[in-house]
Amino acid sequence: MTPAPDHWLVVPIVLPLFAAVLLLLLERIRPAWQAPVALAVTLALAVLALRLAAVADTDRIGVYLLGNWRAPFGIVLVLDRLSALMLALTGVIALASLAAGLREARRGPHFHAFFQLQLAGLNGAFLTGDVFNLFVFFEVLLIASYALLLHRAGGRALRAGMHYVVINLIGASLFLIAASLLYGVAGTLNFADLAGRLPALPEWDAGLARGAALLLLVVFGVKAALLPLGFWLPETYGAAPAPVAALFAIMTKVGIYAIIRVSFTVFGGDDWMNGWGRPALFALGLTTIAFGAMGALAAKRLIPLVAYLVLISSGTLIAAAMLGAAALGGALYYLVHTTLTVAALFVIVHAIADQRGPRTDRFGNGPPLAQPTLLGLLFLLGAGAAAGLPPLSGFIGKVLMLQGSGHAPHATWFWVAVLGSGLLATFALARAGGSVFWKTHGAPTGLPMAPGDRAGIAVLAAAGILWIFFAGGATRYSLATAQQLAQPRLYAGAVLGQVPVAPPTSSAP
Amino acid sequence: MTEWLFASAIGVFTACGVWLVLRARTFDVVLGLALLSYAINLFIFAMGRLTFAAPAIVREGTPATLAHYADPLPQALVLTAIVISFAMTALVLTLALKGRFVNRSDACDADTETRFEDLPR
Repeated sequence: MTPAPDHWLVVPIVLPLFAAVLLLLLERIRPAWQAPVALAVTLALAVLALRLAAVADTDRIGVYLLGNWRAPFGIVLVLDRLSALMLALTGVIALASLAAGLREARRGPHFHAFFQLQLAGLNGAFLTGDVFNLFVFFEVLLIASYALLLHRAGGRALRAGMHYVVINLIGASLFLIAASLLYGVAGTLNFADLAGRLPALPEWDAGLARGAALLLLVVFGVKAALLPLGFWLPETYGAAPAPVAALFAIMTKVGIYAIIRVSFTVFGGDDWMNGWGRPALFALGLTTIAFGAMGALAAKRLIPLVAYLVLISSGTLIAAAMLGAAALGGALYYLVHTTLTVAALFVIVHAIADQRGPRTDRFGNGPPLAQPTLLGLLFLLGAGAAAGLPPLSGFIGKVLMLQGSGHAPHATWFWVAVLGSGLLATFALARAGGSVFWKTHGAPTGLPMAPGDRAGIAVLAAAGILWIFFAGGATRYSLATAQQLAQPRLYAGAVLGQVPVAPPTSSAP
Repeated sequence: MTEWLFASAIGVFTACGVWLVLRARTFDVVLGLALLSYAINLFIFAMGRLTFAAPAIVREGTPATLAHYADPLPQALVLTAIVISFAMTALVLTLALKGRFVNRSDACDADTETRFEDLPR
């Protein structure tokens, strides 16, 4: 008697897909019902993702065989600790950005439907267990993101969006080359099966497989905005409305998730990846940090400043992930913190720009804000968290990463980069805050923040504060995740060992 | 010979695609993306090995090994890739046309720092 399959694993993909279709219908016949339905679905997704994280915390790797085909032959969904963490993070970010996006949804067509499609793509990318479905879910989440970014855009924003679309289409092309190359040499696309077959390949085929791995890293580097592939990011995030920018905070993390998944679960046992691939990624991470810090210092506006903070955090995460299990554990704690912080900062910064009339988010003398105390405190909190000041979660994350990097070679460079970028980010944010909040003249002209924006920030702030208060449990979970990733055999064993459901014994009529 | 022709076709498509994508006009970029996607579809197909007159579905009497059949999986993959690249080309074309009329220019390399004022209100 085999245990019943855990059908909950497929719900994070199927529920938003159906909700998107339903929301398209409701848009026509019952426009007023859209917001409650979308909120209910997103809330349900967040609760479900937290429950799945609790399941993953028992060290059980959940495997769902779609169509009941045994693992390397059919499509699998896999829930390990890393997937569960990313799902839960997506759930929280989605809830907050949807709350902040209720106003945006009333302005343009199909916002709610695209939003749910984006969630389906994100959840699918985190759950899928093979390379080709990773590609498919990347396309799902990208096409929804194009629509969210551009559904009301004109002029310059349209051109920035065009750049984003084209670079991602080229990324998709490289992804397909890599996926088919892997299939050509290994005869499989399943992560677990690939991990088992790659070490056994003859030398010439192994070279091709490594070429495919490099192509995959280029594609994921585009998503994660790793230098030299990240120049699209400040421009694109600058062109996104507040709730979309907040949701996009998780988009770079999809690239980081995929880099971790490929370099640990699939190529974890490969000497070449450990000897050359990881140090190269480490170096690129450090350059990204340097570029992001310089960009933040040079920014003359608030929104690009926050976009450069995203680059710093991407670089930090990639560099730390390549320094061994302990540093990777710290990086996973930091990943949650930085995603929540950046999402909240985008909403705050857009609210500030809204209230400054014609001066918008440019630094320098402008009209005072309508809510200087509230926005000032929120900005201070967000900036402190982003710069990594104690007692906020950024500080805990950085300490964990630095401690974990202890004996790794070149850890000194990592220390310099993390501490230096923290200092430079503090300068940049302090200068920005001083200029926006204190250099004022005239009377306030703007309107107070919309209730949805406030609710969104409240959700993100609550999640961030819980992440600090339960830092003990969160750290334990992150470190256990890193341990699990360091043992790809666990993943492969769970996926390939999953038994399909026995067909119902038909009794003769 | 077939392999040589097939590989050259992929190479020529890719080279033309890359050259067009690097040009500074949206129309050329869209064409370049289309050519790239042709090259990739052929490449995916080739990764299942080139075979002659080999069926993809198992027949009775023939042993079920890849020596007697075409690998069906790359065919399924290429079908998915074709659908996705077709949809994406349509989307890019729509965007390019909208950009052409809104910006009154087909150029896509201009300095495009997007400002808060440019966002839709």
